[in-house]
Amino acid sequence: MIGGLFIYNHKGEVLISRVYRDDIGRNAVDAFRVNVIHARQQVRSPVTNIARTSFFHVKRSNIWLAAVTKQNVNAAMVFEFLYKMCDVMAAYFGKISEENIKSNFVLIYELLDEILDFGYPQNSETGALKTFITQQGIKSQHQTKEEQSQITSQVTGQIGWRREGIKYRRNELFLDVLESVNLLMSPQGQVLSAHVSGRVVMKSYLSGMPECKFGMNDKIVIEKQGKGTADETSKSGKQSIAIDDCTFHQCVRLSKFDSERSISFIPPDGEFELMRYRTTKDIILPFRVIPLVREVGRTKLEVKVVIKSNFKPSLLAQKIEVRIPTPLNTSGVQVICMKGKAKYKASENAIVWKIKRMAGMKESQISAEIELLPTNDKKKWARPPISMNFEVPFAPSGLKVRYLKVFEPKLNYSDHDVIKWVRYIGRSGIYETRC
Amino acid sequence: MTDSKYFTTTKKGEIFELKAELNSDKKEKKKEAVKKVIASMTTGKDVSALFPDVVNCMQTDNLELKKLVYLYLMNYAKSQPDMAIMAVNTFVKDCEDPNPLIRALAVRTMGCIRVDKITEYLCEPLRKCLKDEDPYVRKTAAVCVAKLHDINAQLVEDQGFLDTLKDLISDSNPMVVANAVAALSEIAESHPSSNLLDLNPQSINKLLTALNECTEWGQIFILDCLANYTPKDDREAQSICERVTPRLSHANSAVVLSAVKVLMKFMEMLSKDLDYYGTLLKKLAPPLVTLLSAEPELQYVALRNINLIVQKRPEILKHEMKVFFVKYNDPIYVKLEKLDIMIRLASQANIAQVLAELKEYATEVDVDFVRKAVRAIGRCAIKVEQSAERCVSTLLDLIQTKVNYVVQEAIVVIKDIFRKYPNKYESVIATLCENLDSLDEPEARAAMIWIVGEYAERIDNADELLESFLEGFHDESTQVQLQLLTAIVKLFLKKPTETQELVQQVLSLATQDSDNPDLRDRGYIYWRLLSTDPVAAKEVVLAEKPLISEETDLIEPTLLDELICYIGTLASVYHKPPSAFVEGGRGVVHKSLPPRTASSESAESPETAPTGAPPGEQPDVIPAQGDLLGDLLNLDLGPPVSGPPLATSSVQMGAVDLLGGGLDSLIGGTNFVAPPTAAVPANLGAPIGSGLSDLFDLTSGVGTLSGSYVAPKAVWLPAMKAKGLEISGTFTRQVGSISMDLQLTNKALQVMTDFAIQFNRNSFGLAPAAPLQVHAPLSPNQTVEISLPLSTVGSVMKMEPLNNLQVAVKNNIDVFYFSTLYPLHILFVEDGKMDRQMFLATWKDIPNENEAQFQIRDCPLNAEAASSKLQSSNIFTVAKRNVEGQDMLYQSLKLTNGIWVLAELRIQPGNPSCTLSLKCRAPEVSQHVYQAYETILKN
Repeated sequence: MIGGLFIYNHKGEVLISRVYRDDIGRNAVDAFRVNVIHARQQVRSPVTNIARTSFFHVKRSNIWLAAVTKQNVNAAMVFEFLYKMCDVMAAYFGKISEENIKSNFVLIYELLDEILDFGYPQNSETGALKTFITQQGIKSQHQTKEEQSQITSQVTGQIGWRREGIKYRRNELFLDVLESVNLLMSPQGQVLSAHVSGRVVMKSYLSGMPECKFGMNDKIVIEKQGKGTADETSKSGKQSIAIDDCTFHQCVRLSKFDSERSISFIPPDGEFELMRYRTTKDIILPFRVIPLVREVGRTKLEVKVVIKSNFKPSLLAQKIEVRIPTPLNTSGVQVICMKGKAKYKASENAIVWKIKRMAGMKESQISAEIELLPTNDKKKWARPPISMNFEVPFAPSGLKVRYLKVFEPKLNYSDHDVIKWVRYIGRSGIYETRC
Repeated sequence: MTDSKYFTTTKKGEIFELKAELNSDKKEKKKEAVKKVIASMTTGKDVSALFPDVVNCMQTDNLELKKLVYLYLMNYAKSQPDMAIMAVNTFVKDCEDPNPLIRALAVRTMGCIRVDKITEYLCEPLRKCLKDEDPYVRKTAAVCVAKLHDINAQLVEDQGFLDTLKDLISDSNPMVVANAVAALSEIAESHPSSNLLDLNPQSINKLLTALNECTEWGQIFILDCLANYTPKDDREAQSICERVTPRLSHANSAVVLSAVKVLMKFMEMLSKDLDYYGTLLKKLAPPLVTLLSAEPELQYVALRNINLIVQKRPEILKHEMKVFFVKYNDPIYVKLEKLDIMIRLASQANIAQVLAELKEYATEVDVDFVRKAVRAIGRCAIKVEQSAERCVSTLLDLIQTKVNYVVQEAIVVIKDIFRKYPNKYESVIATLCENLDSLDEPEARAAMIWIVGEYAERIDNADELLESFLEGFHDESTQVQLQLLTAIVKLFLKKPTETQELVQQVLSLATQDSDNPDLRDRGYIYWRLLSTDPVAAKEVVLAEKPLISEETDLIEPTLLDELICYIGTLASVYHKPPSAFVEGGRGVVHKSLPPRTASSESAESPETAPTGAPPGEQPDVIPAQGDLLGDLLNLDLGPPVSGPPLATSSVQMGAVDLLGGGLDSLIGGTNFVAPPTAAVPANLGAPIGSGLSDLFDLTSGVGTLSGSYVAPKAVWLPAMKAKGLEISGTFTRQVGSISMDLQLTNKALQVMTDFAIQFNRNSFGLAPAAPLQVHAPLSPNQTVEISLPLSTVGSVMKMEPLNNLQVAVKNNIDVFYFSTLYPLHILFVEDGKMDRQMFLATWKDIPNENEAQFQIRDCPLNAEAASSKLQSSNIFTVAKRNVEGQDMLYQSLKLTNGIWVLAELRIQPGNPSCTLSLKCRAPEVSQHVYQAYETILKN
């Protein structure tokens, strides 16, 4: 299991050091600094073995988090734990920065004592932790016995993510379907790979211990239901989507999903990520990029890029940005664009073209002349792909929320009393066209 | 309120100030002071001097302060065990506190204080906490058992905690179950034989139930534990699989991977005809692909595991090639892993796409990545025959880019393509030859030379090309030298008339001017082949080559199966069994026990660490420095390049052609087409094979060594072989110095002068410590006795047999060569007595495979006599025991290069033969140690 956990600043100075196992010596903390943080080369692996000691690290801005072990630990678990650790810290004090870590070091030690015991991760749900790790030690002295046992049963219980007795005057929930659409297209316009990775984020402000059931236009479910009426199948068949795979927050009953493909759960209070999913079939690609790069002699490049929006004309895409990479030996760039603003950014080696808004089924174009300095560098320019950013108000995968039902048998509010909001946002993930 | 200010105080006299503050009456001030102490502790300052003052703050109502003091205690208790006792009372009291959070805190902290005296006090509170009414306390106590076991395993067993822990598996609270499983699994690892976890269908059922209810981490503990279970039949395996598959949809990647591990393992038991088997295969692909949308570090872990899964069951992901396409922004470690998997998944169906991708990658910037991409194109050609032509043309395009490392990498793979598809793509040779000058890497040079040699008949100027390489022959790496030698011999066999001179040149370079035994051996083999039977030579050298396999770098199947059992863990990331990187001292279970070197004291020293090695070739765990054994083992494992660069290497260079003359005489008398260069006089009169027979003489000589520890002089070099010089000699060891006692006799008719001696590199670095001093000229029939002191700091090279020593002696007439075997006991050093404890530990630590047993016959000595006899030859008796009438002597000895040999000598009174068991980390020496024993005991 995890033998110790260290946090360093960008210089390699230790901010937090907690050792859980006797086999981790004091020099381990230095070994990582010398061999990884101060290493001359770029890091070639997130797992480093230094003299039979393994170090796992992740970086958040310029802070290094390293877990160390001498045993054959579950490596996936160690990384998951490090991410979780970051989430917990962020939930307590915001951004993970040197200043924040130094300001909260007592709290961090307290958290580390709680969520890792002898190197075994323990309950690390912020909701639960915040009930008893408060940085106000005195408070715990005034807890009643019931309060204490409520805390412990929540921390260890089956529903470790929600406490009892939550009350809202207005029962309300928000569902955000957030998708990022990823594309890799060849210069000829052939889709090399495309997939949507989506998340359903829920914000729940519900009283008591509500039982929820979530439904979407999952092909498997629709087909199963549609068996009875052939008519409905043909109608809904088009609207349903094939989900390649999905994963759920730990509140969802996985065995039920496996057997009935229904998504039922008791949600944590506040915001959480209900599910993640991935689709690869019938994706709506909101934009198409058509590049044309021509080398004119050794010192000039002509670039023309056309973008086409491919969705309902009534919808508007926002925050559109096209990034056209330029060679390292670029000396000057002239740009003409039909819409928006375009600028050559020498420090980023790219022409950045920004358009605030664009309706569906439209087209826009940019052309640029790039002057190059003559070089005798044998290395060819790698021609990085043209990348794109945007945001559209629909789900490129075609996912639709069909229902979210709420039952709370003990309290007297029904599904109809809950105010529900649903929103779809499609963003570009890695949306690249090779040129 | 911000705590960062505590990090800034760094003035002198700080400790003193802190002391005053810690003893302050004001609570706030106390707390501030403790915070400062913890901050200093974090930054690595030693604040252990404040121990009593900090511990005094422990009895407080303030939970935050208490936790800080506990943190301090955990860090320093070990260095101040006596003071730590002061804290015990508070712990015991806290374990009775009405607040479960405080009870748990106390039991959690106590387990982290590794002080024996405290451990005793821990037992009672722990027993209570294991049965506490509050699940939070119980789950903490469960882990505490594992902590206590780590400190004192015996105590845990004696106190019956293991049984209590087993009971917790049936606890009503899922988290208690999960922690109990984790603790038991860990304890079970150090007791491989005990059936601690006692997994049976009932307990498995309990675990599967808890699986649905506990935290994500608990699910991992339980799944990892399940993976160790072996179902009794395929029906049970299937029913467990059915209950585990829902976990594949968990958001936590570690849960998913652990579930994959269980499924991959249990699938082995399912029949392939079963419907369920197919369903399961289909269910495995999507979650594995989803892992690739995790954060990059997890992607890396996932990819390393997918690499294993794809090798074990290629059918799972065969349609998922596209998801392994490299993204521009992927970190390099992800890119390299994806590339590996792409090649594994390449097939006729997807080859066009794969090639298009690989071509893109070959224009990227990262050198390692580009190289791997180019290599991958070659591997595709070999794997998918239909694509070979396209691959070759892609590679030619890449060669046209003239980017140096791309060209070199391309040539290396084209060589393999030629071997796989002979006589198909030779038209490209001309293009390759154009790039000859730009090749500066050994592998590429060797590949190019191979191509030239292989197709010598089609390349008009093959001889010129090869000759150009020959100019710098000695500066080339071994790989290139070997390849050049073979290529020129091939060329000679194909075009004998024009290349005779060239082949002579390379043979003499290889045999006479090289100190590399491989090269010399190969040179001599060719030489003899060519000289005795050119037709046979042709058949051998130009023989049809065996086909190369389609899949290179596959993991060996038994290792792969073992690694599949370790999916998700570090072993699967390193692609090495845990025994290769886990310290053995703590009794980790090994599925197989390869001999390995445990180096505990220097384990942390950074200089021995392989830094930032590319993930493709994870760092071999290098034996730490100071591990002298490494020296010897290296000789076994490493490529046969030059030995360790010792200070004396320049001297050794002189001995380069030690063998030259001796073997020269081997072929001297034969009918070689053209005699070798005139520099070495051919010894025409000498009988063929004289050098070898010499060696055999001596081998038998060693067996009959007599005298007390010093064998009588044996004739090493008969006069008839050395133009009248006869050398006989023996080896001695006296008070720590080794010497070679020589007797030189002049049986010739002329006076001999100008004597000198040199040794070839040998296993233990024996070298003359002084020049050979023969003061007066040696007249005919005169004999002189010389004692030549030896040192053991010469160059090391492993010899066969281990104790072989090749010697060159020069006089005014000629240089003579002979070899002899030295008895190993001259290398036993005076401080070879091992401490008893150390002996016991080392004996246990050395794996059993390294044990060798010998019978020493006809040795009617009693234990006493044997012991004293051996002692005078630096074999020390560490302990003596009498078991059932037999005397057991436990002995140790140490060789000059630091290798320890442990021995157990069993002597049965009345029985003339005794049994010798030897244990050593370098088992090669055992045979020779046994011979030394025999020699010493019998004389």
